[in-house]
Amino acid sequence: MEKAMSLKTKIDRHTANGNTESISYTGKDFSSDQDVRWCPGCGDYTILKQVQSIMPELGINKENIVFISGIGCAARFPYYMDTFGMHSIHGRAPAIATGLKITRPELSVWVVSGDGDSLSIGGNHFLHLLRRNVNVNFLLFNNQIYGLTKGQYSPTAPKGSVSKSTPYGSIDHPVNPLSFSLGVDGTFVARAMDRDPKHLNRMLMRAYEHQGTSMLEIYQNCIVLNDGAFNLFTDKKTRPAETIYLEHGEPLIFGSENDKGIRLDGLKPKVVSLADGSFSRDDLWVHDEQDQTKAYLLSRFFDQPEPGDENHMPRPFGVLYAVDRPCYDEGVNAQVEEVVTRKGTGNLDELLRGPETWVV
Amino acid sequence: MKVKDLVRDEVTIRFAGDSGDGMQLTGSLFTNTTALEGNDLRTLPEFPAEIRAPVGTVPGVSSFQLHFGSKEIMTPGDACDVLVVMNSAALKANLNLLKKGGIIIANTAGFDKRNLNLAKYGEDHNPLEDGSLSGYKVIEIDITKLTKESLDDFGLSYKDVERAKNMFVLGLLYWLYNRPMESTIKFLEKKFNKSPDIAAANVKVLKDGYHFGETAELFAETYTVKKADIGPGEYRNITGNEATVLGLVSAAKQANLPLFYGSYPITPASDVLHELSRLKNYGVYTFQAEDEIAAVSSAIGAAFGGSLGITSSSGPGIALKGEAIGLAMMLELPLVILNIQRAGPSTGMPTKTEQSDLLQAMFGRNGESPVAIVAPSTPADCFDAAFEACRIALEHMVPVYFLSDGYLGNGSEPWKFPQQENLKKIDVKFEPSRNGEETEKFMPYLRDERFVRSWAIPGTAGIEHRVGGLEKEENTGNVSYDPENHQKMTEMRQAKIDAIAGFIPQQTVDSGNKKGDVLVLGWGSTYGSIRTAVRELMEEGMDISHAHVKYLNPFPSNLGQLLKGFKHILVPEINQGQLVRLIRDQYFVPATGINKIKGRPFFVDELKQEIKDALSIKR
Repeated sequence: MEKAMSLKTKIDRHTANGNTESISYTGKDFSSDQDVRWCPGCGDYTILKQVQSIMPELGINKENIVFISGIGCAARFPYYMDTFGMHSIHGRAPAIATGLKITRPELSVWVVSGDGDSLSIGGNHFLHLLRRNVNVNFLLFNNQIYGLTKGQYSPTAPKGSVSKSTPYGSIDHPVNPLSFSLGVDGTFVARAMDRDPKHLNRMLMRAYEHQGTSMLEIYQNCIVLNDGAFNLFTDKKTRPAETIYLEHGEPLIFGSENDKGIRLDGLKPKVVSLADGSFSRDDLWVHDEQDQTKAYLLSRFFDQPEPGDENHMPRPFGVLYAVDRPCYDEGVNAQVEEVVTRKGTGNLDELLRGPETWVV
Repeated sequence: MKVKDLVRDEVTIRFAGDSGDGMQLTGSLFTNTTALEGNDLRTLPEFPAEIRAPVGTVPGVSSFQLHFGSKEIMTPGDACDVLVVMNSAALKANLNLLKKGGIIIANTAGFDKRNLNLAKYGEDHNPLEDGSLSGYKVIEIDITKLTKESLDDFGLSYKDVERAKNMFVLGLLYWLYNRPMESTIKFLEKKFNKSPDIAAANVKVLKDGYHFGETAELFAETYTVKKADIGPGEYRNITGNEATVLGLVSAAKQANLPLFYGSYPITPASDVLHELSRLKNYGVYTFQAEDEIAAVSSAIGAAFGGSLGITSSSGPGIALKGEAIGLAMMLELPLVILNIQRAGPSTGMPTKTEQSDLLQAMFGRNGESPVAIVAPSTPADCFDAAFEACRIALEHMVPVYFLSDGYLGNGSEPWKFPQQENLKKIDVKFEPSRNGEETEKFMPYLRDERFVRSWAIPGTAGIEHRVGGLEKEENTGNVSYDPENHQKMTEMRQAKIDAIAGFIPQQTVDSGNKKGDVLVLGWGSTYGSIRTAVRELMEEGMDISHAHVKYLNPFPSNLGQLLKGFKHILVPEINQGQLVRLIRDQYFVPATGINKIKGRPFFVDELKQEIKDALSIKR
C-alpha cells in the first residue's frame, strides 16, 4: 500500500494554453467529491482504495480513464472515481465498454461488475467480451449474494445457500467464474480477495498490464447480508492451509510452514507433504500461466469436498492464465485502416450517385 | 402476324415463382432498366420468411411487383396487368392480384403433375386446361425446356441451366415492353466475371427470351411506356434500406463524426447492417453484437465516446432494447434507433409490413422517457428521415427513433440524389478541455436555451465526470432522490423533447387546400396510397386534402392549427389506430381511423372506398 502511494509516474499533460506540464497524481486525485455510501465494513472500500492507489502508477492522464458499471452495490464504483464514468444498466456494462473501446481504443476502460451483474443478467455479454478479447479490465466483485436488492442468493452462491429467496436452501448448482472465463477463451483469468490488499494491488496492476480482457475475480465480503462467506480463505487461522498463491514458474506450495505442495498425477492434482521427506519442491506442479489445461485444473479447485478429505484442495489466488491474443478493438480498427488503404477514403458524392444513374 | 405497339401510361407487372426461381433478381433487373428508361416507378418485393421453403408449394412462393409509368407513380399498384408464374403454386398464390383480362405468362413445366400436387391443385386439375382462366389472356411457354435448348452447346450443369430460366422471362418481358437489354447484360457480365461461361449463358438465355417474343407469334401487342415527367435532374433507383444507409453516412459526414452501428440481425432490418459493413472507408464502424441489448448498449458506449451511435432492429428486437433506450434518454446522449417495422405482435409476420410500433416508440419504456420520432414516407425519403434523425439526436442530445417498415425498406423508386455540398451541416460541439484555472467547476448537466447539455467526452482534460441511470440533480448530475428535483427533471426531459418543435419544419399540406371539409392525415409508408387516393377523389370533385406527418414526436408546432381547419379528419394506418390516438389526445379533435392490418400496404381503390364509407357514416 505505502509503496504504491509513493510510486508516482510523471505524466506530460497538455494545458489549455498549449504548454506542456509535468504532473504526477496521488491516489487522492482519483477520489471524487461524492460520499462513499457502501455499508460500513464493506469489502468494496478496500477494493476502491487499491484501485485508486494503482491509478497514479499507470502513467496515463486521468481524462483517458473510464469506469463503466452495471447495477448492484459494486456498480456504484464509478461515482467514487474522479475519472470519466458511467453507471449503466444491469449486466450491460461489457457491451457499453465494447462500443466505447472500438471507437476510442486509446482510452483505458475498466468495467466494474458483481456476480449477479456479470453472471446472471449479463452472462451473455460477459461471455462475448471474453471471447472477443476486448482490451478492457473487468473487475468481478464476487460476494455470492444480491446485496442491493437485500439478500437473495446469487449465481455464485453455493448449493444449499439460505437466503431471502431460498429459505429452504438454494437448489442451483453455482457457476464457477474462473472456469467459465477459461471455457470461453478468456486471455487473462485471475483471482484476488478484499482481505489481502497487497496481493489485490498486484493483481490490479497485472490486469491493467495485460492486453485484452483482463478478468479479475475479487472475493468481496458482504458484511451485512453474507458476512464470512469467504472466511475459510480470509481468516488468518485457516488461510495458510486453505489458499494457495500462484506465481508463474514457481511450484505450488502452501501451508502455514510452506509444508504442503501440489503434485500432478497425470491430470489429477494431489496434495503432498513436504515435511515428511517423501516429496521435495522438485516433485511439485510448477505453475505455468500460459497453460490453459492446467489453468482449468486450478480453476476446478472449487466445488471440492470439505477440508479433511484427501481430495480437498486449497483455493488458488493469483493469475491462473495469461496469454496474448489479438484484441477485438484493435482488429476492428486495423480492418478499417486496411480498407481505407485499399479503397481510399470514401467519397460521399460517389456513394450518393450509386452504380447507375440517368438524366431527365 | 403483325404485332401492334400500344402506348400505356402505366403498367404493373408481377413476377412470381418458387423462392429458388430468382424472381427477386428478375424484378430488380427489370426495375433498373425501367428506371434508366426514365419511368416513374414503385416496387414491392414479397418473399417467404424461410430461406428455402418447400419447393413448389404455395408458402414457398416469392413475388416481386413493379408499377411503372409515364405519369406519377406513388404505389406498387393495386392489381397487376401481367402476372408471370414460374409454377402452379405461384399462380395459386397470386391470381387474385391480377386485373380481369390481364396477361398470365405461365411456365408450363411448372404445371406438371408433381407441381400441381405440391400447389394442392391436384394432379388432374390443371388450371391452364380447365377453363378457369378464361377471363385472362394466358400465354403458355415451356420456359424450362426453351432454356435448356438455348444452352445446349454450353455443357453447363443441370443446376446452372435451371438457374438461368429467369433470364428467359426477363428477355421476353423486355421485348414485350420495348426495353433495352444493355444494362442487364452489363450486370450479368460483372456478377459472373469469375465464371465467364455462366455470364455468357445467362446473356444467351436473356437474348433468346427476347427473340422468342419476336418470333413465336404468341403476342398480338407490345407496349411502350414513355418517359415520366418527374422533374429535370440526375436520378438513380434506390430502396428504402439503401437510402437509410446513405442518410446515416451523410449525417455522420456532415457532423464530422465517426459512425458506429451496433446491430443484431433481424428481418427486415439486416440489409442496413450489410450495406453499412461495406462502407468502412467512410468512417463507419459496424458491430454485429451478441444480442439486441448489446447492440444498443454498444451504440450508447460509442456515443459516450463521441461517435454518432446508431442501433437498429425491428419490433421484437426493439422491445429488448427498451431499457437501454431509457438509459440513453436519462444520460442525455445522442442515439439513433432504426425500427424497420414488421407485421404483428411477438414474432408476428417478419417479412410482412405494418406500422404498429408508433406507440411502442412513443411510450415503450419504463418511467416517463420521452424520445423524438421521425418516419420516412417513401423509399427515397428514408434518406432525409435518417439524416434528420441523426441531426436531431446530435443537436439535441436525445435518442431519436426512425420508424421505417418492411414495405419502405425493400421497396424502391427513382431518387434525385443530392450533392454533398447541398446537405445541411450538423452542428456538433464537444465540451472543451480545462486547465484548472476556471472559477466554476464543470457541470455536465448545465443546459442551453433549448435545454440541451454539452457533449463532454472522455479524453478531455478537466471535465472528468460521471453519468448514470439514477435520477440526477439538475446541473451537477449528482445522484438525487430529492422529490422537488425529480419532478423538475421529469418535466425538463419532456420540455427538452418539446423544444425540438422549434427546430423542425412546419407541417405542410401535401395535396388539396389548407382548409376544407376532409383532411386525410397519414404517416410513414402509407404516403403513396393516400396521395394517389386523395388526388383521385379530388378529381372526382371531393373537397379533400392530404397531409403526411414526418415528425411524430414532437409534432410540428402548427399541426394543431392545421387540423382545426378541417371538418373531418381521417387517419389511415396499417394498425388498429395509433397516430389517431396521439392526435386526439394532443389536439382534442374528432379524428377517425381507417385501419388495415393484413401485412400489406393499402390499395388505392380500397382506401378511396374506405374514405367514402367513413364520411358517409360520419355525415
